[in-house]
Amino acid sequence: MTDEAIKALVLKQLNRIAPEAETAELDPDVDMREQIDLDSMDILNLTIALHEATGVDIPESEYPHMTTLNGCVAYLRTRVK
Amino acid sequence: MAEFRMPALGADMEAGTIVEWLVKPGDKVKRGDIIAVVDTEKATIEVEVFEAGLIQSIVVPAGEKVPIGTVLASIATDDEAAPALAPRPPSPAKPPEIVRPAFQPIVPAPPIIERPPSTMPPVTRGRLRVSPLAMRVALDLGVDLSKVKGTGPDGAITKSDVERAAKSVPPPPPPAAPSVKADKAGGPSQPVMTADERHVAMRKVIAAAMVRSKHEIPHYYLGTPIDMSHSMGWLQAENLRRPVAQRLLYSVLLLKAAAVAIRDVPEMNGFWIDGAFKPGEAVHVGVAIALRQGGLIAPALHDVDKKSLDEIMANLRDLVNRVRAGTLRSSEIADATITVTSLGERGVESVFGVIYPPQVAIVGFGKIAERPWAVDGLVGARPVVAASLAADHRVSDGHRGALFLAAIDRLLQEPEKL
Repeated sequence: MTDEAIKALVLKQLNRIAPEAETAELDPDVDMREQIDLDSMDILNLTIALHEATGVDIPESEYPHMTTLNGCVAYLRTRVK
Repeated sequence: MAEFRMPALGADMEAGTIVEWLVKPGDKVKRGDIIAVVDTEKATIEVEVFEAGLIQSIVVPAGEKVPIGTVLASIATDDEAAPALAPRPPSPAKPPEIVRPAFQPIVPAPPIIERPPSTMPPVTRGRLRVSPLAMRVALDLGVDLSKVKGTGPDGAITKSDVERAAKSVPPPPPPAAPSVKADKAGGPSQPVMTADERHVAMRKVIAAAMVRSKHEIPHYYLGTPIDMSHSMGWLQAENLRRPVAQRLLYSVLLLKAAAVAIRDVPEMNGFWIDGAFKPGEAVHVGVAIALRQGGLIAPALHDVDKKSLDEIMANLRDLVNRVRAGTLRSSEIADATITVTSLGERGVESVFGVIYPPQVAIVGFGKIAERPWAVDGLVGARPVVAASLAADHRVSDGHRGALFLAAIDRLLQEPEKL
């Protein structure tokens, strides 16, 4: 999976979780929770959605890596087949 | 014959707008079926029916705004329609969805009906007029909303439009009813409720409820730090062995602890109605959920004290998702018996809530943070949460409130028993 494809996947799931958020304007290196006001339920839903889409099991201890768009890409890049 | 009326969806509601009917005359309904979508100033709500039978007639067409208690549809109940048929399903504990006068504001609320009664509520998203329910269905079915022809008032896209588009069936001609409304409202070009207008309307209903609360309810406030090391340790171990979709959020422990603690101090749970405390018959916990676009709503999780952590988690996830998608159900809006607010994720250490009338207590939790904690003369770092209680002094006193917070603390020390 290319970085672009992973990014598109994350954005697609974010749009499902937060339809009213302006994901097009996300700064990929800034915490998404602050940019589009995500809470722990949103992060859990994102993790579940990414797991279902990629098969990657993301342990709770790795959540801190998943808080930025680029962080998600970097984490999934090495693990998605 | 049963009458399906505009329900009172919370203390702060005076009127609601029918966004969409999900049934038509002749349809068979059973208890708990969602038969209409109603818009209030705060949210779009799926309204359930508490009678089983046949829809006889729709009295109020989609697009109309009517006061609570107005008859919306008539239902021929199973008893009348088919007395010889199989016996009705067992009655639920819930009473019929009718207006409960005690839920209406006592302090005059700001006028809510400010626009022609037939204005359509869907939010304008870009240039599309689409109800939140339709938006969710479109996401689920993968329907491109820009290609859907809306048949609702003002061309708003309804759930049926989306479902029809998914099946590529041409839409029926617009219903006859809107012509009457258009006359009344001065033509079809009347404005719909935009996101900004909804925001203003929501601030108004929050203002009315909170002014009423601070005006009428003599709050008293208590706070205590709670050592969360047992709860967080247990949760971490539990989540480590769970697949991602089964993981629990710590809020679930807090909700369950607050609900179970009511067994010790039942006067935190219920309503102040007509000058007296009326204990809640069950523990329905209102969960304050912030909306990303501003405002908040506190729908109820039912029977939290009796549910497992997994059930509460599943219910909570479902509820948060539906709050955000704008598809709440009527039974969740009207019947919370106590509220829990957890503002911790916004980074504050503690929160002292304002009671949502006619409830009599609100429990607050701040963020869980490592703090110095002394045990047996030794100081160590532990995850600590500041728990607070705002309660109605007409119903309980500080001593009882303190026992309540102490019970929550005790329960959180044994998370495996929750």
